[in-house]
Amino acid sequence: MCGIAGIIYRDGAQHPIGDEMTRMLQSMKHRGPDSTGYALYGNGENGDLVMRYKLADANTPRDFDFTDRLRRHRTEVESRLASLGARIGEVDEETPYAFRVSFEYGGDLKLLADFVEDIPDAEVLSLGRTLEIVKDLGDAETVHEQYGLSSFRGTHAIGHVRMATESEVDIAGAHPYWAYPYSDVAVVHNGQLTNYFMWRRRLERAGRRFMSECDSEIIAVYLAQEMSEGATLEEAMHKSLDELDGVFTYIAVTKDELGVAKDELAAKPLVLYESDDLVAIASEEIAIRAILEREIDTYDPYEREVLVWQR
Amino acid sequence: MPEGALVGERRITYDARGLAEPFADVPKVSEIDGTHARFDAQDLTTRTINLELRWLVYEMGMTEVEIDNPGSKHSLGVGILTRCKITFNGSLGYFGCGLIDGPEVHITGRVGWSACENMMSGVVVVDGNAGSLTGAALRGGDLVVKGRVGARSGVDQKGGTLITLGSAGSMTGFMMQRGRIIIGGDVGPGLGDSMYDGTIYVAGKVKSLGIDCVPGEWTDVDTELIERKFRIYGLGSPPEFQKFVCGKVLYNYDTLEPSERKLVL
Repeated sequence: MCGIAGIIYRDGAQHPIGDEMTRMLQSMKHRGPDSTGYALYGNGENGDLVMRYKLADANTPRDFDFTDRLRRHRTEVESRLASLGARIGEVDEETPYAFRVSFEYGGDLKLLADFVEDIPDAEVLSLGRTLEIVKDLGDAETVHEQYGLSSFRGTHAIGHVRMATESEVDIAGAHPYWAYPYSDVAVVHNGQLTNYFMWRRRLERAGRRFMSECDSEIIAVYLAQEMSEGATLEEAMHKSLDELDGVFTYIAVTKDELGVAKDELAAKPLVLYESDDLVAIASEEIAIRAILEREIDTYDPYEREVLVWQR
Repeated sequence: MPEGALVGERRITYDARGLAEPFADVPKVSEIDGTHARFDAQDLTTRTINLELRWLVYEMGMTEVEIDNPGSKHSLGVGILTRCKITFNGSLGYFGCGLIDGPEVHITGRVGWSACENMMSGVVVVDGNAGSLTGAALRGGDLVVKGRVGARSGVDQKGGTLITLGSAGSMTGFMMQRGRIIIGGDVGPGLGDSMYDGTIYVAGKVKSLGIDCVPGEWTDVDTELIERKFRIYGLGSPPEFQKFVCGKVLYNYDTLEPSERKLVL
């Protein structure tokens, strides 16, 4: 089933989106208890790049070498960043296997991501100046506490609660997906894509990489491909309605925009609330009411609708 | 009652399978005045709201119940099988007022997906918008939505009347079998797809007709029905409608048994 949510403030100010997205996602726990994920857009005030990456999964078997291996791989990540000319700022160990590193870097992001992911078990979850993707197993309150999201303030966010159907219960299968190697773009999805393998082969031939067996990853990579060829987010989303088959509702975000697309059957739910102050969307209205405790006027977008808002 | 599932607590608790609140007691928080009762659902869970409602109409003999702050919670007001008046001052989530038989319900906000699914009889009036699958498998009664409705509204409808003053989404009336759908606005693609019977009225534009849905011949009975429904619910003067019915070419509409069919064919 899965549940998706998004919120974007229109005043450009910083809001407690870590807490707010947690309340939205926790209220939809019944739609997916397997994993929870966030794409949060902070202020990016000092212009540094932020990379979120993991070196193992929450449920990776802990063998005798596990801790030492993580330490070696983490050192290797930082060594490779430095070798590419990155000037590392802060490094946070969010969990024993997931890390956040900020750094100054002016080079090719694809090269950097590929170099990091060349390290065994390493996966770059997000890379950008404002985007930070946090995802792990469990419900929203669990992930919120684990990663200390109560202090996260920003302009917009999307989130996902997952009920795994077609791939493993692990962090790689959790949403959101970063639009590798396009910085600051992420996607959450509810539904199924039936031409997944065709698009995966096509995009892999174009040099894109996939880190999971989850069909939803296609959307992020597809949008990245289109945007790298000059399309705007809205144009890429419109095109996706013709090129992706299946039943789907997805939310895509960039550093300035949040957009939603529904397939031609409108088979997956989405409720929309829009005001002068903010736009909030979710699979269920109860998620929006989790942050707006007043009566609100909402509606369900129709089939083949693409809606994009600016922050 | 499991630890943490205190009556009146807003937080929903889950059992090991992820099911919300498997046990609860009737909160008995209503203000009762004769046969009229009113309670605030703000700090109640879905299950305790429904328990309170059922206690009021079945055990306390209330004929009018007002529920404040339903907060878009799911599955409120389901399975009420007696004549009474219920007012929700606010919005409902998914599956609101499903499986009801008899009550007269007024919802001052909006409703989510699958409102009034399998409703048997009674009246439900929604002041705002409704989500997809509104009136799915409706069997009787009137469901009036003053805003718009989502996709596949009236799917598998078996009777009753679904009225929306606004627009409707794709596949409205999909596999409809009986009853009436009245749409005051535009409607999306695939209207009445694979319908068996019933009648659909549309005042706005139809994006496309579904398989075996065809324009129908307008009669005085149609005029009387539309005017009566608009009059009863105070919906103003009805606009001009187009009528759509089943073309009856998709399915086999004869009554032949397979052995008899062989003889004919």
